[in-house]
Amino acid sequence: MTMPVDMSTTLGNAWFPNPLFTASGCASSGRELAQFFPLKEIGAVVTKSVMSKPRHGRPTPRMAETPSGMLNSIGLQGPGIDAFLAHDVPWLLEQKSRVIVSIAGETIEEYATLARKLRSASGISAVEVNISCPNVENRGLVFACDPDASRRVIDGVRKTIGGDLPIIAKLSPDVTDLPAIAKGVVDAGADALALINTVLGMVINVDTMRPHLGGKTGGLSGPAIKPIAVRAIYQVHAALPKVPILGMGGVASGKDALELILAGASGISVGTASFGNPHAIIEVRDQLQQLLAARGFTTLSQAVGYAHRSEEVM
Amino acid sequence: MATINKNAVRQIVTVLSNKRVGAYHQILLSVGDIVKSCRPGNFVAISVGGAGSRMILRRAFAISRTSDNSQYGGTMELIVAPHGSGSSWLCAQPEGTEIDILAPLGTAFGIPTQPINALLIGGGYGSAPLFGLADVLKSRGCKVDMLLGASVGSKIYAPMEGKRSVNSLKIYTEDGSMGETGRVTESLLDIVKDRNIDVIYSCGPMAMLRAITEIVSVTEVIHQCAVEESMACGIGICMTCVLPIEKEDGTTYMARSCIDGPVMDGAVVRWDLVGKVPDLL
Repeated sequence: MTMPVDMSTTLGNAWFPNPLFTASGCASSGRELAQFFPLKEIGAVVTKSVMSKPRHGRPTPRMAETPSGMLNSIGLQGPGIDAFLAHDVPWLLEQKSRVIVSIAGETIEEYATLARKLRSASGISAVEVNISCPNVENRGLVFACDPDASRRVIDGVRKTIGGDLPIIAKLSPDVTDLPAIAKGVVDAGADALALINTVLGMVINVDTMRPHLGGKTGGLSGPAIKPIAVRAIYQVHAALPKVPILGMGGVASGKDALELILAGASGISVGTASFGNPHAIIEVRDQLQQLLAARGFTTLSQAVGYAHRSEEVM
Repeated sequence: MATINKNAVRQIVTVLSNKRVGAYHQILLSVGDIVKSCRPGNFVAISVGGAGSRMILRRAFAISRTSDNSQYGGTMELIVAPHGSGSSWLCAQPEGTEIDILAPLGTAFGIPTQPINALLIGGGYGSAPLFGLADVLKSRGCKVDMLLGASVGSKIYAPMEGKRSVNSLKIYTEDGSMGETGRVTESLLDIVKDRNIDVIYSCGPMAMLRAITEIVSVTEVIHQCAVEESMACGIGICMTCVLPIEKEDGTTYMARSCIDGPVMDGAVVRWDLVGKVPDLL
C-alpha cells in the first residue's frame, strides 16, 4: 500500500488538481473528448489556438502518418475569438473544466487585440500565447524563431492583458538557442513556458512525386519527437529552474510523462496520443501517479526536474 | 454535434472470422452490445499494428452490417481492402485475435419514415455499408434498387445474402469483366426518372459522389453520400478530414467528415473546392 501522491501543480499563479492537460490543437474546444470522460477530471483543457477572425486553415490533405508520428498541416482553422468566447468558454466552464485559452496572431498587434478580448472573459485559468505554429504561410512569421519578435509579442500581451492572468509562451524546438529565446520571453513577462510545439517536417508522395500535404510542410508530432521534447525541457529548466514548464511532445504513457517531468516539466499536455486513444489523458494521469508513488515521491513537485540533481556520492 | 458519438465506446473485441472475398477481406467481429447503437453509415476506428506498433493512428472503416443473434451475440462485419500498412495488418489478423475498436462513430444514413423509392449506389468496397442499409430500408417498406461499380469485377462486393435485400441490382465495371461496361453514372438520370427515385444513398470514391451530385442536381432527388477523407482521429479533434460545406446563407465552412459526416447531403458539399481553401465570405 503506497501513499497517495499529491498530483496538484501550478503554472504561474494558476493551480490545477493534476498535471495532465490537453495540448492546444489536439482537443478542439473540449466537446468531442467530453463524450469519453468528464473534462473536470484533467488539469485543464488547453483550447485550439484561436485567432481574431474566423479562419478556414489549409487545404487537404492535412495529415500524413509517419513512423511513430504524424505530420499535420491544419493552419489554425477556427471560429475567431468572438465566437469562441461566446460559445466555447462558457460551455467549458459549465462542465467545471479549467480552461487555458491558446491564442495565435499574424502580427504583434493581433496578439495584443486577442489579449484585450481575453481580459474581459472571466473564469479562465491562463492564456497560452502560441508564437510557434509551424503552419503559417511565411516561416518568417514564426515569432518563436526570432528572439526579438518573441519578446515583443509577449511584452504586448503582458501590457494589454494586465492583471495577473498567467501567460504561457509556447515555443518551437526548431531554433538554435532555445534557452535564449525562453529567457527573452520570461523577461518580457511570460509566467510559464509550453515546450514543445511540433517540429517542421515534410512527406513526399512517391506516386505523385510532390509534397503530400496541401500546405507542403507540416508539424511533426507523436512519440517520434519525444526525445526532442525531453532535451528542450531539460535545457530550458537548467537555464531557468524557477520558470514552470508545460511539457509536451509525444507523451502517450505515464512513463513518457514522468520523463518530461524529471527533465523539468510541471505539467504535461497530451496531444497526438488522444487521436489514437480518446482516454489517453486519463490513462497517462493514472499511470503517472502510480510511477511517482513507486519511486517514493509524495508530491508531483518533488519529481519536477529531478533528473538535474547533482551526482550522488557513493 | 452535441449528440454525435454519445454512444461511442472503446472496446477490445475478438475477430470471429476473416475471409477473403474477391479483392477484399470480410472480417466479422464479436462486439457485444455495441451493435445496439450502430446505424447504417456509422464507422469504426481500429488500432492497427499491435502493441509497440509504429502506426500510431486508428484506421477508419465503414461498418458493413451488424447483427445480434443468440449464437455469437452482437457481431459487426467489415469489408476491408488491404491497401496500406494499416488495412493490410487488419486483413492479416486470424480468427481469435483481439483488436481495439472505437465505435460507433459519425453520422448515419437518414431513414425515411414513409416507404420511398431508394437507389443505393456503391463504388468498390463502398458498397459494403449499403447492404445493411438495404435491410433497414426494406423493413420500412421501401423499394430498394442498387447500382454497384468498380474498375474490375474482382473489386465488386456483392454478397449472395445481400442480393436478397434489394429489389434489383445492376453491376458496372470499367473493363467489362462483370456486368455492364462503364460506370454507375452511365444512365443514372434515366434510372432516377424511370423508377421515380426519391432518395439516393451512396458510398464510394469522392469522384463518384461528386458525379452523382452533379447528375441529380437537375432533379428533386435527395442525395445522401458517405464521404471518405483521410483522418487522424475519427472523433472530431484533429481537424484533418475537412470538407468545404455550403451553409444556407451561401457561405462556406470546413466541416469535419468524421463528426459532421461521413453521411452528408451531397448537395451542400462544395465538390469544386475539395482540396482547396474557400475564400472567407
